[in-house]
Amino acid sequence: MKNTTSAVKANKTVMVLLILGLSTIIFPLYMTVIIAFKQPSEMTNSISGLLSLPKTWSLDNFREAMEVTDFWNSLRNSLLISVSTVVLSIIIHSLMGYTLGRNKKSKFYNFVYLFIVSGMFVPFAILMMPLAKQTAELGLANWVGVILLYVVFYMPMNVMLYSGYLVNIPLALEEAARVDGASTWRTYWKIIFPIMKPMHATVAVITALAVWNDVMTPLVIMAGSSQNTLPLAQLNFQSQFGTNYNLAFASYLLSLIPILVFYLICQKQILNGVVNGAVK
Amino acid sequence: MNIFSKKNDRQRTFLFITIPILGLFICFNTIPLIRGVIYSFTNFRGFGSYDWVGFRNYIDLFSDARVGKSYLFTIKLALVTTIVVNIISLILALGLNSKIRAKGFFRGAYFLPNILGSLVVGYIFNYFFTYILPALADMVGLESMSTSILSSPSKAWIGIMIVCAWQAIAMNTIIYISGLQTVPEDVYEAGGLDGATGWKQFKHLTFPLIIPFFSINMVLSVKNFLMVFDQIMALTKGGPAQSTESISYLIYNNGMSGGQFGFQSANAVVFFIVIVAISVAQMKFSGSKEEQL
Repeated sequence: MKNTTSAVKANKTVMVLLILGLSTIIFPLYMTVIIAFKQPSEMTNSISGLLSLPKTWSLDNFREAMEVTDFWNSLRNSLLISVSTVVLSIIIHSLMGYTLGRNKKSKFYNFVYLFIVSGMFVPFAILMMPLAKQTAELGLANWVGVILLYVVFYMPMNVMLYSGYLVNIPLALEEAARVDGASTWRTYWKIIFPIMKPMHATVAVITALAVWNDVMTPLVIMAGSSQNTLPLAQLNFQSQFGTNYNLAFASYLLSLIPILVFYLICQKQILNGVVNGAVK
Repeated sequence: MNIFSKKNDRQRTFLFITIPILGLFICFNTIPLIRGVIYSFTNFRGFGSYDWVGFRNYIDLFSDARVGKSYLFTIKLALVTTIVVNIISLILALGLNSKIRAKGFFRGAYFLPNILGSLVVGYIFNYFFTYILPALADMVGLESMSTSILSSPSKAWIGIMIVCAWQAIAMNTIIYISGLQTVPEDVYEAGGLDGATGWKQFKHLTFPLIIPFFSINMVLSVKNFLMVFDQIMALTKGGPAQSTESISYLIYNNGMSGGQFGFQSANAVVFFIVIVAISVAQMKFSGSKEEQL
């Protein structure tokens, strides 16, 4: 009896601490929202002036920020790059994972597996300068090149995930289809690809989050193409905001909204995907 | 005869899949890697002609004060942030895994920082450190804090650490929670009978059981923080007085636009070797620890 009451008390303490801790997450977001809505004249140097609510909730800052940063074009590029990368990753990496996972006994395929997976250790810093040259030489210093690079960068991780998942799928399934006369290619698309659906979700989530928020690859590759992704636009237009922090924050908030909406809708899938990707 | 052709079809399909994908990988991973190593033996400036300089760049690298400083800064940042992040994440995960109400809501909310882009998060915190924190310090009369910590060469790294930690804690906590969920309830019950509660329970029961998750988090943290770039870009751009130049930032800044293409390629090769060495050492270390269990 005594034990349960002290446990209830302990849980209440935990609850209070968790709510207090949440302020470290809410505060920066609160700050972002109110500064984005305020006018420069409302910003004083005192703490109450900085953190008070705006006098009017006007969307003018957002309208101006959209114009200054070419928001819709950046959003379109970000969406295009993220969606293409995810779709290509699911197709290409699952095929590769399947091939390598089903040929563990072959020396050649084992070597290919280790070769690709060890690409995980290669930091972008060493590839950056040669890739900037190489993509320029190939005429790929644009969003197409960025997508191709992402498909290569996330290959080690995703191939490892797919070929690991394949262990759970009995070979007998494929053999049954083969007896019925289906080719390996057909069997893959009809039977294996649909069965790997949970892994597709994991791969989609971790690849999408990484690509959506990445700055370095588009910065290095697309610098000369006069096209921006959402994060890149923040970086490139930073100087144009000058000291108008309200405009800057409106722009930051705009760039965060798509991923926030995505998170609100697919929170469960995202949490599962992230954990599966890291733990598997 | 029939079986032979079926087998052939399978092998042909596998080759048909492997060759183009492997080709793509080699083209955009292996070849640039090799080119990077080749450039590191030249005095290439990023444009124009260049000469072979042998190991000159590598020798210069070890006597270059700026490069040395960036290694010290990056390693200090990675170590301190990893420790801070893992302690907080573990405590937070224990809280989020206890019997509380609205568990799903809390987990979702605490994970939020991880999905936001680190560049924009950096800009938001930049404002916080530059304007809000000094104003707060003024209000409570804390004079040592009334200027931005980002403009102080000795304190700027703390700002970067806070921003890195803010996002990384979310990720590490989620991994610790999934570790804690693998610990069966009866372990605690059995331990409770032997008097293992509170800290004792954590030290002797919980922690040994989640060591695999601890090592995942260690590898993730150290590797990510060693490659820190976005936060530097958003908060300090390497300043003040080059006190916060991470290795990635220095390679980008001086290699891409500073005319040090060859020299920074050598820096990148050394950085690559450091990353591989740390990853291999960590895997060996955590592997041997798990075996002891």
